[in-house]
Amino acid sequence: MIRALLALCAVTIAAPLLAQSAMPPAPYAYVQLDDPEQEAQASALMETLRCLKCQSQSIADSDAPMAGDMRHQVRTRIAAGDSPTEIRAFMTRRYGDYVSYQPEVSATTWPLFAAPLVLLLIIGLVLLRRLGERRGAAPTTSRDDGERT
Amino acid sequence: MSRLFYLLPLAAFLFFAGLAGYMLTQDKTDAVPSQMVEQPLPDFALKPAVDGIPGVSRADFVGGAPRLLNIWASWCLPCIAEAPHLERLKEEGVEIVGIAVRDEPEAVAQFLERHGNPYSRIGADEISELMIELGASGVPETYVIDAEGNIRYQHIGDIRAETVPMLLAKLEEVR
Repeated sequence: MIRALLALCAVTIAAPLLAQSAMPPAPYAYVQLDDPEQEAQASALMETLRCLKCQSQSIADSDAPMAGDMRHQVRTRIAAGDSPTEIRAFMTRRYGDYVSYQPEVSATTWPLFAAPLVLLLIIGLVLLRRLGERRGAAPTTSRDDGERT
Repeated sequence: MSRLFYLLPLAAFLFFAGLAGYMLTQDKTDAVPSQMVEQPLPDFALKPAVDGIPGVSRADFVGGAPRLLNIWASWCLPCIAEAPHLERLKEEGVEIVGIAVRDEPEAVAQFLERHGNPYSRIGADEISELMIELGASGVPETYVIDAEGNIRYQHIGDIRAETVPMLLAKLEEVR
């Protein structure tokens, strides 16, 4: 029994150590590009690409080995002359909208863009009604007062 | 009318609370499906991951019967769990091509010695380049590749006993 428990401990404690690659990071995972302008482009893009291994972090934020490998992809592609738009398209062609923190209007994302407009419209209508009522009625006999008493 | 109007915020609250409650009852999957399914395999060539077993390039998937492309790593625990099931697929006559992600030759050799080798070839993907090309978000993942080198199906996570017949059916389907 005790031996089984010890074995269980050993397995659960050792697991996190095993669950990561021992390989060194990709060359451009933690190394900036020489050209500051290109590096600025790359890091702006990395802020808006989502890490696939971690919840709610960009690849710029994450220390996951795969995020490092994705940063390497971004930097080497920028250095090779690709535009950030092209690189984002490359990533979304593989991982879909999930990978991008810069949502575009699509069949699944349109409510995101429509909702604020609909809310503004509703607010506008309510305001119009209210202001219209107030202007139309005499101050002492407004309907609001009537209901309150 | 106006009294009903004041109930609107409450209705909106109840709607969202209900929605949240409903979503809690739904199965949550963290899997990010690849958009590369039904696309041709990209061009690639990976050097051997270990001595004695050839590396992998796109040409290895063209001709003959459909194959499985298995993305794994010696440091990945679920890969140990799926090893016997890969062995079963191999016994069924399926060619399995391995991609070892972020792995070292010694570690790969040790893994194969301990858990068996179901692979005809193993390519070394040292900085996850092919993984990203394929739209894979983790290890292990398994792809069904038809004899023209097109990606036809993606299985995310480890292969279990019940996955084996499903993969065999998929392989037959794309033959």
